[in-house]
Amino acid sequence: MTSVLLITFAATLIYISIANRLLTYIKMLAFQGLLLFGVSFIELNEINTVNLIFILLETIVFKTLAVPLFLNYVIKKNQITREAEPYLPNFLSLVIVTLIIIATFLISNIIHDPRLDKVYFVVALSALFTGLYIIMTRKKLITHVMGFLIIENGVFILSLAVGAEMPMLVNTGILLDLFVSVLLLGVFVNKIGDVLQAADVDQLQSLKD
Amino acid sequence: MIATYLLVSILIGTLLFFNRSRRVNYGLVIAFAGLQWALIAWAFLHRDEEALYGFFKSDALALLMLTTLGIVTIPAFYHSYVYFSEPEGNPRERGIFFMSMTILLAAISGAYLSNHIAVTWVFVELTTLAASGLIYHHRDAAALEGTWKYIFVCSISITFVFIGILFLSIALQQAGHVELTYPALLSAAGALNIFWLRLAFIFIFTGFTAKLGLVPMYTAGIDAKDKAPSPAGALLSTVLMNMGFMGFFRFYEVIAHTTVHDWANNVIFIAAGLSVFVAAVYMIKVENIKRMLAYSSIEHIGLVMLGVAAGGVGYYAAVLHLILHTFAKSSMFFQMGQVYRIYRSKHISDTGNYFHYNLPGAMVLLLAFICATAMPPSGLFISEFMIFRAIFEGHHLLMLAVVLVLLTVIIWAFGKNLFRLLFAPPVHFDAAKAGKVPGYESIPQFVLLGLVIYLGFNPPALMVELIQDAVKNLNH
Repeated sequence: MTSVLLITFAATLIYISIANRLLTYIKMLAFQGLLLFGVSFIELNEINTVNLIFILLETIVFKTLAVPLFLNYVIKKNQITREAEPYLPNFLSLVIVTLIIIATFLISNIIHDPRLDKVYFVVALSALFTGLYIIMTRKKLITHVMGFLIIENGVFILSLAVGAEMPMLVNTGILLDLFVSVLLLGVFVNKIGDVLQAADVDQLQSLKD
Repeated sequence: MIATYLLVSILIGTLLFFNRSRRVNYGLVIAFAGLQWALIAWAFLHRDEEALYGFFKSDALALLMLTTLGIVTIPAFYHSYVYFSEPEGNPRERGIFFMSMTILLAAISGAYLSNHIAVTWVFVELTTLAASGLIYHHRDAAALEGTWKYIFVCSISITFVFIGILFLSIALQQAGHVELTYPALLSAAGALNIFWLRLAFIFIFTGFTAKLGLVPMYTAGIDAKDKAPSPAGALLSTVLMNMGFMGFFRFYEVIAHTTVHDWANNVIFIAAGLSVFVAAVYMIKVENIKRMLAYSSIEHIGLVMLGVAAGGVGYYAAVLHLILHTFAKSSMFFQMGQVYRIYRSKHISDTGNYFHYNLPGAMVLLLAFICATAMPPSGLFISEFMIFRAIFEGHHLLMLAVVLVLLTVIIWAFGKNLFRLLFAPPVHFDAAKAGKVPGYESIPQFVLLGLVIYLGFNPPALMVELIQDAVKNLNH
């Protein structure tokens, strides 16, 4: 069952790579949160209840509801246009993200560890590199934040792979999630939208040598 | 004591945030400086003892770095005081500035003393938050750009470190351990799986390069040190970089006990060599003096990492170099605050004849130039010489030749820019508008530079013993 959820997660990565509207990104992030909820619910039933509730709340309340709603609010408040504005054509993005998934799949063949499910490794690394790719090839700053959230989701999957024996690491990962998302989005809402007219990377070129 | 220290620091930070009175502000800052030194005294009295459930330990390296931080803290607060006394700053902005600074120093101290890789990680994350408060101080578009880039790059880096820790924990679980404290990692090192260990090293190293100021993640740090007020820039360019080194070094000790040690050294060699190269290229090109100093820090960290990768006497030299560089570079940053008050600009083309406007300050810059470029009598000469000896003894002759050529370029570029500020007549500058800077404001810088020279030639026995103790896990 977890394999199905994780493979669906990998499919959302491919879908994000060709998505054109920011709303689609937000919906996909919410969907990823739901998938992560399912995975952690099935996978982490051994750890103590309080911890489990904390993790489940993080996925369902924070990742699936709060962050997408907040992103939506940011886009409305700053009147960001709905296009994602990639530098590369969507077809190329599709090819590159597919190549990323294939490459991580090939790398995973090196692992000979009966206790680690390879699917976790493949999906987590794919999410990491897809997130980096999205950050590099999109023009808007808000899509950079979204790329970062995809990376965070990948890290969450990886922490689940080791989480049954080390629940502390899962909690630390959640701390990272909350902290960075609040920091990045907080700066975005309060400052960037007020100071810069269009929140593009083109606006951030005054500091250089 | 550590729990008390952290709680009281947070309390002082909160009070600074809400306080609007100038007197209370400085009282609180002095209280924090006292607290910082109390922590140092406590750490020396409880050397090598674990504290707070084994999450913290005051070992030799932590003691060295804590003392260095304590010494730099005092002039940093003094120059912040000067910074806010003319012109009188906005009380709210002053409160946020000092709050960020105290939280930053507390987080760095926590990271120094940490005995657990995840605890280090939490404190490193906290420094990003505190530093962003300092970088955003001017509240204009350029400061916002610097802050955004810093937060974004540091967040990605901190995520990389976390991924590295996860890979490390996979390796640990395979070997049948679950403890992530540094001593436990050290004892388990030999049994760890090579594949996971390599992945862990790549991610942890790349992640820490953001704080460390090394290729590939150095970029955001440059903007940060430029946009932050100069007392804050001094801290970001020295003690914060030392913290990045600590985070890396503790993990490197584990790597040194495994079979991937040579491979890891090659990775470090490449990153460090590229850092010196990048520093050389940008120092020729750079127009802004603070950015030039930031690139000079990149060069010095590159040299430190070369020393670590070369091994042997290089470990000792690396730690010594780090300490002396902290004093030399922070004094230059403190001096830049005065330069800015005279010329109202940080650009080399707007400045000149500094000797005429501020004689003691110009002496500081000249002396600091000699110290930072590692010319005798600078203590950095000793440490840099030992680093080169280590590279030579490691038979990395090509690397040695390239680095020496690059260092020559760096000294030339550094001198070209700094001597223009000191001696050449300014082009578009109205001498009547020059700001006045009292000479006594340069005294702390002279003390710091005196330390650079004194500690290099006549290091106290305690310091030598501490450095040797700090690198004892590596010489085997």
